[in-house]
Amino acid sequence: MSGNSIVKVSGRGVYVAGNDIDTDRIIPARYLKCITFDELGPALFYDMRFSEDGTSKSHVLDDPKHAGAEILISDNNFGCGSSREHAPQAIQKFGFKAIVAGSFAEIFHGNCTTLGIPCVVMTQEDRSGLTGLLASDPELDLTIDIERLQIICANNVFSITMKQSVREAFLDAAYDPLDTLMADQDAINATAAKLGYTYNPG
Amino acid sequence: MGRNLFQKVWDAHMVRQMESGQYQLFIALHLIHEVTSPQAFGMLRDKHLKVAYPGRTFATVDHIIPTDDQTRPLEDNMAEQMIQVLSAETKEHGIEYFAPESGSQGIVHVIGPELGLTQPGMTICCGDSHTSTHGAFGCISLGIGTSQVRDVLASQTIAMDKLKVRRILVEGSLQTGVTAKDVILHIIRTLGVNGGVGFAYEYAGQVIEKMSMEERMTVCNMSIEGGARCGYVNPDETTFEYLRDRERVPTGSDFERAVEKWKSFASDSDAVYDDEVVINASDIMPTVTWGVTPGQAISIEESVPNPESARGLEKDLISDALDYMKLDANQPIKGTRIDVAFIGSCTNGRLSDFQDVAELLKGRKVADHVRAIAVPGSEKVDTKARELDLHKVFEEAGFEWRKPGCSMCLAMNPDKLVGDEVCASSSNRNFIGRQGSPTGRTILMSPIMVAAAAVKGGVADVREVFGLQREESKG
Repeated sequence: MSGNSIVKVSGRGVYVAGNDIDTDRIIPARYLKCITFDELGPALFYDMRFSEDGTSKSHVLDDPKHAGAEILISDNNFGCGSSREHAPQAIQKFGFKAIVAGSFAEIFHGNCTTLGIPCVVMTQEDRSGLTGLLASDPELDLTIDIERLQIICANNVFSITMKQSVREAFLDAAYDPLDTLMADQDAINATAAKLGYTYNPG
Repeated sequence: MGRNLFQKVWDAHMVRQMESGQYQLFIALHLIHEVTSPQAFGMLRDKHLKVAYPGRTFATVDHIIPTDDQTRPLEDNMAEQMIQVLSAETKEHGIEYFAPESGSQGIVHVIGPELGLTQPGMTICCGDSHTSTHGAFGCISLGIGTSQVRDVLASQTIAMDKLKVRRILVEGSLQTGVTAKDVILHIIRTLGVNGGVGFAYEYAGQVIEKMSMEERMTVCNMSIEGGARCGYVNPDETTFEYLRDRERVPTGSDFERAVEKWKSFASDSDAVYDDEVVINASDIMPTVTWGVTPGQAISIEESVPNPESARGLEKDLISDALDYMKLDANQPIKGTRIDVAFIGSCTNGRLSDFQDVAELLKGRKVADHVRAIAVPGSEKVDTKARELDLHKVFEEAGFEWRKPGCSMCLAMNPDKLVGDEVCASSSNRNFIGRQGSPTGRTILMSPIMVAAAAVKGGVADVREVFGLQREESKG
């Protein structure tokens, strides 16, 4: 199996507002030079958090009230842009376990799923409700329930949506598909044989 | 009921449906590069896995390679390490690697087609979102993350949900000075940066049919900027003629057989689509971006928007973008001073891009305050351009002619904006900080519009700067 099933994710939340937050904002390209993903956490949202001379811009992520938050909340088309897995890797290495947004860019969403970061979709109205609660009390815990498709926060219940196949994959611990992909070699080889592409050796 | 190309290619490569409901899709061609792939080899090693089909993966370096001095070892130690890891891993796993100075190195989305590795009817993956470029040949071509690069190396397959297909018909004929780049910027502006989520785009109609392969690649390249996971054009005679005699394409009777097979992948005339959009070519003007997403675009004749005329989040998006770009609401975009002009990238770094510009640039000079660079997309593009003396035209005009690479498109190499410089750029993304400076400003446009801006020293109308005959629109 690729990991444990993910049914619920609980933790404190932090709201990074904005539509179309792209992968270059999540982690600027100059931090992508690496041969492993281990060191990417500190560069998360770097240019939103720090000036060119390295001084803090007092971004919400660096507000001590939100230290240790594990659920990232944002708006529409989150993660648009590059296919680079550096973006979800940086989010995960920073300490986030799940993302709530109005919508997600597709490649980013797929990358998060493979890494075991549930991306759940919530309406703008509900996001306002949820972020309003967090604004008044950043210490509140929220729980994302993937089985019931809801977020519970201080006795409030919000609906969320998720692609069915992705939801199943989290519940069945199959979000990292490699083992499943490797399971039927004969079927793979049969498809390859049927295609029969040939290249000139050059 | 007929099938469209997406369905046909999907059916041909579908291995099976998995328990989650997702499909397992065989990948005909896998392209890798130094930024998103070295980590995947480490993942394979952790799991004691081998590369399943090494003959279907090809490697090159493009993102981090300097375009001025490529002497090894590279000055940037981490960049050097990334190349070394890629070189060693490809050697160990029996993967063909197009190294710098091999004669075939270049931007991954330029070399796939030019070598003839990209062929109609294929599924193609690469750890880069602009893999959508290869759709120009009638392929399902998908950008993937590093874990999926691992999946392809280990199994030659990925797990994926089926996409819907939207046909975008561009009908009529383009006006003088309007290019493939303007077509795709106009489409993204019209449908939005997330309008394509869940879709593959099929580009069709008179304008697309008339386009050369290089123009079709420009259009497909930016599908992802419109939110579509991939985009494609049905293969036709233009496609087959482009592929004939390419290095890796079958020859003689094998070629004729291949053409028959390629033809069979084209959408049937009675194919069904999930959505259809018609774009009138006469509505498309030379188009430039004014904001921080490729959808924040206007024609050269328009003014930047006013946040006061928008509502809710859209209002904030506009005012944030104007603040970042240091533009005033309602300001005409024409005349916006630029500091840098960049022609290159996987969107517009092919031979015809440099030919089109050279034709206009002859005898003209880049404005004194503008730093201008032209970066061929591959060693082959560079060689051909030099054979045609194009580099001389650029150099005489005041451009630097560089060595191939991704260059200033994404600033993972020494080519970067400094401070809040404004760049007229033929690349694909105007995201905040994209070109290497956290405050750098990017204005996307076609290569000939970049040339016009370079000469004028500010955003300009290519038709006016170079005296192109303006045709009345044929509505």
